[in-house]
Amino acid sequence: MYMKMLLLRQAYYIFQEVGRSLKRNSLLNFAAVGTTAISLFVLGVGMLLVINTNEIAKTIESDIEIMVYMRHDLAEEDAIALEPVIGRISGVKETTFIPRDEALKSLVKRLGDELDESVGEQNPLPDAIKVEISDPHEVNTIAAEIEDLPGVESVRYGGQDFVKKLFSLTNWVRIIGLLLITLLGLCGIFLIATTTRLTIFARRREINIMKYVGATDWFVRWPFLLEGIILGFFGALLAVGVLYFSYGALIAKIQETITFLPLVNSTLVLLRIFQGLLAVGVVMGAVGSTISVRRYLRV
Amino acid sequence: MISFFNVSKVYPNGVKALQGVSLQIEQGEFVFIVGPSGAGKSTLIKLIFREEMPTKGQIYINGRSILRMRRRDVPHLRRQIGMVFQDFRLLPDRTIYENVAFAMQVVGARRSEIKKRVPEVLKMVGLANRMDNYPPQLSGGEQQRTAIARALVNKPSTIIADEPTGNLDINTSWDIMECFQKINDDGTTVIIATHAKEIVDSMRQRVIALENGKIVRDENRGVYENALT
Repeated sequence: MYMKMLLLRQAYYIFQEVGRSLKRNSLLNFAAVGTTAISLFVLGVGMLLVINTNEIAKTIESDIEIMVYMRHDLAEEDAIALEPVIGRISGVKETTFIPRDEALKSLVKRLGDELDESVGEQNPLPDAIKVEISDPHEVNTIAAEIEDLPGVESVRYGGQDFVKKLFSLTNWVRIIGLLLITLLGLCGIFLIATTTRLTIFARRREINIMKYVGATDWFVRWPFLLEGIILGFFGALLAVGVLYFSYGALIAKIQETITFLPLVNSTLVLLRIFQGLLAVGVVMGAVGSTISVRRYLRV
Repeated sequence: MISFFNVSKVYPNGVKALQGVSLQIEQGEFVFIVGPSGAGKSTLIKLIFREEMPTKGQIYINGRSILRMRRRDVPHLRRQIGMVFQDFRLLPDRTIYENVAFAMQVVGARRSEIKKRVPEVLKMVGLANRMDNYPPQLSGGEQQRTAIARALVNKPSTIIADEPTGNLDINTSWDIMECFQKINDDGTTVIIATHAKEIVDSMRQRVIALENGKIVRDENRGVYENALT
């Protein structure tokens, strides 16, 4: 109980000191908060970018299917007989036989009656088998295997190249983002450390007196650590605020024009990212001020 | 009580500040430490305060070994000792009251306690009417009395002063010494390192004389210089 009271009274003093020094170095505080905010903003943008490209890639991958077209002269029974053969190839999840009549019907349905008239009684379409596979990365080998089967005219599949490009883009985003974040993060930490050092310098007389009247090490250190943590926290808060509003606006704009793009907009995911950014900000502040406290505060 | 047993201090640069010093200061004593500059007075004080550690020997403060003391216990040692300096070391942007209250805030005293104790101590050093002034508005003597009040406010067992009258004229110096005498009368140990010959000679208290890091004289009711040296 006594310890609690003591801590409370000392906490009051410590907060008073923090307030004092935050007011004193306003320009440098601003720089420290700003740099931290920018670095965390970039971190946040990077995270959102990676999450979204992953989401898009996943959606596209799950849509990957191979269309197998039969030779035109192949009888329908032979085509049907091929379906289980393809089904036995490892990596194939599901096969659907699409008879040429049906394919034509759906084509007519999509394009309208003009086609019906121009084609007349003839059906130019081949029989086809739709193949769904379990692992999109194997699409090349599976497609090649199917193509070698007798009676197969051609195979067609899409999305693969796009996914590949998307993944390499995500990787680049990761690498460049990481470099940028590290650089900016170090700048933020450095500025917080400098702020703390200036505060220590401005208060060196008090610190000296504190030592002589018997202040504990932690009592001397706390205001500086707290100052750093507060700077880091506000930097993160700024980043989160800007990120929240700009991402919201961006999402709204994009979904207006490209409606099918699956963007991450779940509050839970965003909340977790924002929490992460705040935590990183606090840690940056603590690290920055600790550096200065350890180097310049000989108690 | 302060005890030194065969204490030596050699600084990293090779200066031998103290060599084989042994002494004992009982609770409630009034002691002058005299000697030329560089004789080791400041080092002696720094050792009591555990600002420096001895190279050799053992030091006990109120029954506790300085050498065996853990780092986190050092602040508690320092709370038993009030320090007064030649340059006062007040915070110019805080009032006299706040300067003294600061020492109590640092050790986590109750606000009600601070409100009661600070005026009490300021009255004792004769600054009751100066509480709301700032240090630069005060004379040197008044500033030093503020510093004494700050040293005294947490009720230490010992007050140590390093050249407390070094920056003051002789009349003011006498006021300060009277102040120390009053504190000593209340049972607080007072240790003063000084060059003020006149004062030491007329106060006839215990005098410990240092020269080249060694105690050359230690006598009760002593004077600044021995007639023989």
